[in-house]
Amino acid sequence: MTSTTIDTERRRHWMGVLAKSPADRLDQLWSQLDAVPAWSHLRRPEVGLVMVRGRMGGDGAAFNMGEMTVTRCSVRVDGGPVGHAWVAGRCARHAEMAALADALLQMPRWHDEVSRRVVAPLARQLADDRAQAGRKAAATRVDFFTMVRGED
Amino acid sequence: MYVAVKGGEKAIDNAHALLAEDRRGDESVPELSLEQISGQLSLAVERVMTEGSVYDRELAALALKQAQGDAVEAIFLLRAYRTTLPRFGASQPVDTGSMAIRRRISAAFKDLPGGQVLGPTYDYTHRLLDFALAAEGSERPSVAENAEPVEASMPRVTDVLGHQGLIEASGDGPEVPGDLTRQPLTFPAGRDLRLQNLARADEGFVLALAYSSQRGYGNTHPFAGEIRMGEVAVELVPEELGFAIEIGEITLTECQMVNQFKGSKSVPPQFTRGYGVSFGQCERKAMAMALVDRSLRAEDLGELVSNPAQDQEFVLYHSDNVEASGFVQHLKLPHYVDFQSELEMIRRLRRENAEAAQ
Repeated sequence: MTSTTIDTERRRHWMGVLAKSPADRLDQLWSQLDAVPAWSHLRRPEVGLVMVRGRMGGDGAAFNMGEMTVTRCSVRVDGGPVGHAWVAGRCARHAEMAALADALLQMPRWHDEVSRRVVAPLARQLADDRAQAGRKAAATRVDFFTMVRGED
Repeated sequence: MYVAVKGGEKAIDNAHALLAEDRRGDESVPELSLEQISGQLSLAVERVMTEGSVYDRELAALALKQAQGDAVEAIFLLRAYRTTLPRFGASQPVDTGSMAIRRRISAAFKDLPGGQVLGPTYDYTHRLLDFALAAEGSERPSVAENAEPVEASMPRVTDVLGHQGLIEASGDGPEVPGDLTRQPLTFPAGRDLRLQNLARADEGFVLALAYSSQRGYGNTHPFAGEIRMGEVAVELVPEELGFAIEIGEITLTECQMVNQFKGSKSVPPQFTRGYGVSFGQCERKAMAMALVDRSLRAEDLGELVSNPAQDQEFVLYHSDNVEASGFVQHLKLPHYVDFQSELEMIRRLRRENAEAAQ
């Protein structure tokens, strides 16, 4: 694996975690970061639609299922990298924080701190929520017994 | 035909103010918040998202509040709002095979990998009104949790049949699926367009058609092969990145109907498929959609097309409740000129009949 593909995989991970987490939780963790460098918008938060595609039978040819609202935003850290965000919903602040986090995560000086203080707790929360929903579902797993009908 | 009329601005303003008062209801009762609607009337919200064809819980809750709970009016509001937003692109097709399962049942197989997971369901309830809910703050039973969560992903029942070659493949289509929000519907419509149309179609209409097919108007001998509900990640490839990222998660309900098929000259007997999907937990809609999808495949499968549920034009042209509601309700608009001419004609015919009788 080249370093580019590792970086892409890691970036995919953090962008996904930032997008899937609730904005208020992200805001809370964000406010604990000190001395975030100056930055500016490359693209102000913009709300639009993404057509969600499904597949016939779940695994056949694609079809258009319906749209979802999405907010996208791009920022540049002064003298640093560009960060992007595409986030479900219409929360400008969520997209802005996610884009800025994406930019900081690409900076060696900031990567570890943002990873540790923002991305990791968010990822843990997502995993915990998922596991809890899974444990509740598991408690509703049922075994049906087919009754012998006595015909033979 | 109706013609434009002028005047009435004051009366219309007053009517809208009166509507706002009605909508608010008794002011001594607290006003509903969008969080309450979204959280406690979630199935109504999910129907509005499905048929309004926009996944956004908050917007759907607002639409329901504004429409006083009228689902079709709320769907209309959401559809109107969507036209004000730019389209950023299309997602990668979602992978329902890796859905985080909250419910998954099969009426065809008792024992299947991952098991039957009932999840939050109205099935097996007694449908008795629960007066305990009428009292606010009533106790509810605690929710059980198993030590281990359900499997991270479960195979689809149709995959199991597919491995044994007993069911047809899932179906081909164009590389880029058609989009009926961008191009007018033409016939015969491909399955991609039919599924898009059914996904946003009126639940009542699709349910009635599905029911008609079960009662003998084009029976498809269906089994609910699998119904699953849970969360799937939506991925998209932003131009500026060139690789796919997750932009969020949505709740979907998917229904795979497995249908009998006797085979044809070129195809051995095998099971065929009907597919249904909805935003949120619109399970009845997803099941009905799967039945109608299979019915609409009659022509492709060489079956006789002789019933409403099999008739593409009939189904696809009448399935949209925004269009249907608009056309039915436009009859309320002033048709004074039209009606006057009809009135004239009736009078003339009567006069002529009377003269002829003399």
